[in-house]
Amino acid sequence: MARQGAAPDSFSFDAESEARIAVIFAKYPAGQPASAMLPLLDLAQRQMGRVTGSAWVPIVAMDEIARRVGVAPIRVYEVATFYLMFNTSPVGKYHLQVCTTTPCWLRGSEEVVHACRRATGIKDWKETSADGMFTMTEVECLGACVNAPVLQVNDDFYEDMDAESTERLLAALKRGETPPPGSVKGRQTSAPEGGPATLTSLSFEPAE
Amino acid sequence: MAKNTAKVTVDGIEVEVPNGSNVLQACEAAGKEVPRFCYHERLTVAGNCRMCLVEIEKAPPKPWASCAYPVADGMVVHTDSPMVRAARRGVMEFLLINHPLDCPICDQGGECDLQDQAVGYGLDHSRYAENKRAVRDKNLGPLVKTTMTRCIHCTRCIRFSTEIAGVAELGATARGESMEVGTYVERALSSELSGNLIDICPVGALTSRPYAFVARPWELKKTDSVDVLDAVGTNIRVDSRGSEVLRVLPRLNEDVNEEWLADKGRFSIDGLKRRRLDSCWVRRAGKLQRSSWPDAFAAIEAKLMGLDGSRIGAVAGNLADAESMLALKDLMTALGSTSLDCRQDGAHADAAQRDFYTFNTSIAGIETASALLIIGSNPRHEAPLINARIRKRWLQTHMPIALIGPEANLTYDAERIGDGPEAIAALLRGRHRFADTLTKATKPMLILGQAALARPDGAAVLAACWKLAAATGMLSPEWHGFNVLQTAAARVGALDLGFLPGQGGKKLAGMLRGGVDVLWLLGADEFDTAAIGPDTFVIYQGSHGDRGAARADVILPAAAYTEKNGTYVNTEGRVQRGMLAVYPPGEAREDWKILRAFSAYVGCPLPYDDIDALRARLEQVNPVFARIDALPRFPASDRHGPAGDPDCMQADAFTPWIANYYQTDPISRASPTMAECTRVHAPATVQAAE
Repeated sequence: MARQGAAPDSFSFDAESEARIAVIFAKYPAGQPASAMLPLLDLAQRQMGRVTGSAWVPIVAMDEIARRVGVAPIRVYEVATFYLMFNTSPVGKYHLQVCTTTPCWLRGSEEVVHACRRATGIKDWKETSADGMFTMTEVECLGACVNAPVLQVNDDFYEDMDAESTERLLAALKRGETPPPGSVKGRQTSAPEGGPATLTSLSFEPAE
Repeated sequence: MAKNTAKVTVDGIEVEVPNGSNVLQACEAAGKEVPRFCYHERLTVAGNCRMCLVEIEKAPPKPWASCAYPVADGMVVHTDSPMVRAARRGVMEFLLINHPLDCPICDQGGECDLQDQAVGYGLDHSRYAENKRAVRDKNLGPLVKTTMTRCIHCTRCIRFSTEIAGVAELGATARGESMEVGTYVERALSSELSGNLIDICPVGALTSRPYAFVARPWELKKTDSVDVLDAVGTNIRVDSRGSEVLRVLPRLNEDVNEEWLADKGRFSIDGLKRRRLDSCWVRRAGKLQRSSWPDAFAAIEAKLMGLDGSRIGAVAGNLADAESMLALKDLMTALGSTSLDCRQDGAHADAAQRDFYTFNTSIAGIETASALLIIGSNPRHEAPLINARIRKRWLQTHMPIALIGPEANLTYDAERIGDGPEAIAALLRGRHRFADTLTKATKPMLILGQAALARPDGAAVLAACWKLAAATGMLSPEWHGFNVLQTAAARVGALDLGFLPGQGGKKLAGMLRGGVDVLWLLGADEFDTAAIGPDTFVIYQGSHGDRGAARADVILPAAAYTEKNGTYVNTEGRVQRGMLAVYPPGEAREDWKILRAFSAYVGCPLPYDDIDALRARLEQVNPVFARIDALPRFPASDRHGPAGDPDCMQADAFTPWIANYYQTDPISRASPTMAECTRVHAPATVQAAE
């Protein structure tokens, strides 16, 4: 497999992916393999991330998927470029997806963006840092507005971000650590900060 | 019994339309114009341009896209209500948000749907002052020029290439504001029908690359003609200005080409201006020298003087019109020669019965076929529009198709069941299950290509295929499933006229290597001219300085197909006429006139002084020439087969008939556009030529 960031000359699913492919195809009715196009694109992107450290879908992978699901390559190109979750160009090891839609923006997503830029040296969207660690992408609503602003790193949501927690997160990532996802302010999912504010007199402990 | 039509009232006009029609079709049936961009009657419905909005009573009160709304009995439609007008103005304003205002430099100007409909249905201004979106142009190869900023995303081109051309290479990538139509990976379109994208594009996004910035439609003189670069007989319109043919467009003919035209016929026309023979040439002391008509005639006459008719031969080329072939035949008869041949490729033809050499099912008839066997042919290269019909039928029914011959990408699934005559023999013996498929099919057909006939055992293959057709129920009083796919536009006409060796006459092979002393080539360039005997005196009458002219001792310059009134018979046996669009260059003359003049020069004038008299003689020779444009269907009443012994087939595999689709005749070989296509699509051929 080619080094990170370069378009490979060929692509084939590895053994780990092949095992998944069998499961994926089994989910769809016989004779309708094209249904598996989206899961296979995701699988290819994950394999690229696992093998080369850059989770993206090169054209050769789309061609391979077209062959597997029995459609013309252009049909896969159309789907892969339609969904923004598929990266059609190489990305860094950590794909920083900053939500800047209204709720996150009202809660300070600009600060998160600035912090990301400061910490990685990235100047513009879709750019990869010089060390190849980070790519920053502006995304629309990630559906975590209650915990805005949100920064998605690869598959994980980091919520309730601000400039300081963003820099801390990126520093940890650079050290090779993976901080636990979720609210960085310690909220339990979307519950109020600092514990419950209502129904405090009730006990939810299981009865003895 | 359920009614299978629906009564629809459009703007107060009541019409009956078949169930399953859409509202737009009902509006057209009522004679009401509905503007549209994405809807095209030969493509699937996309419903994405929203221009065809109408108001439908009792449906939820909103404008409906009429192209995607099925009719129902009792429906009341308004195409000109205030709501509809406002909706169309709104849609047009949206379409123009990103459309550049570059009509003055756009090749579509004057024949642009967007331009026309903006005037007809749009507002006179826009409320959008923002910057317009710019889109990078795509490289789709040497034929189709793109200006993608002009694209309105109707997706007609995507649907055409996927559905009709059968090469799914165009698509819409990304989405929303970023959506772009293109191939994503840069590549030239690998379709022989790509020129039609230019016609179906309603705006100036896809235009003709060779025709870029050449002319405006209102400057052009439009002449109806027939394409001769394959044997389909595509109906074309020749657009010319002054003495130049500037472009060729298809004409609607549902029975032949629908509204499509293959790329070779559309784009070879720049070959009409190059390598043209525009004066007579006579070889003196080994060198061709420019000369006059009387000198050229004198040189020929001097050679013919005292020569026995059996030492004279004539060969008709693949682009010749019926009139000139008849004139040449009559001239040869007057000179006492019976050595005539129209088959430069040596293809076997049995002219005893017309259905031995024509496409009897007819092109439109393919749409009723239920199984198909292709023998020694690649219809995609030999007749792209017939291939498109086969694909159309295959898409409708997925009829079983089998192929005997070299591997080919035909744009539909064809099972390859053999590569040579032994597969035909196996089918005849019932040894192959496809024989069962054919027998069980209600309307089976076979297509026999020239590659299977232009071999020493051509007669045996022809007889075997006829026998197979008879054995599998292809020949019945209602259905004729035996088809010979010709590739030369002149061939069927020549066979109808009997342009074949007569009593004691020689075939082309017999005329070569000194078999005759004088050889008259009527535009014949498709054989190995080096095999002509060194002492044979060659007269080349034709339009282009190609192989034949290079070997000639006398060159008589003649008109190309756009420069004469000519009759052509297509592979179906359909007699069609092309009209003169421009005059031949320089001293060149119409072929039959040259032959008539020469006959007078040598003192045996042919008995016709004008084209009408010549056409009367055509009808006299073969009554089929009296039926212009019509193709009466003859059932296979006479099942008596062609001469030939099916058991004499040899084992050699069939070879591909056309090595390079883009260069098959003097016109396309002279065309820089076709040379460029060859470079892009068939690089192996270029290397071979070098």
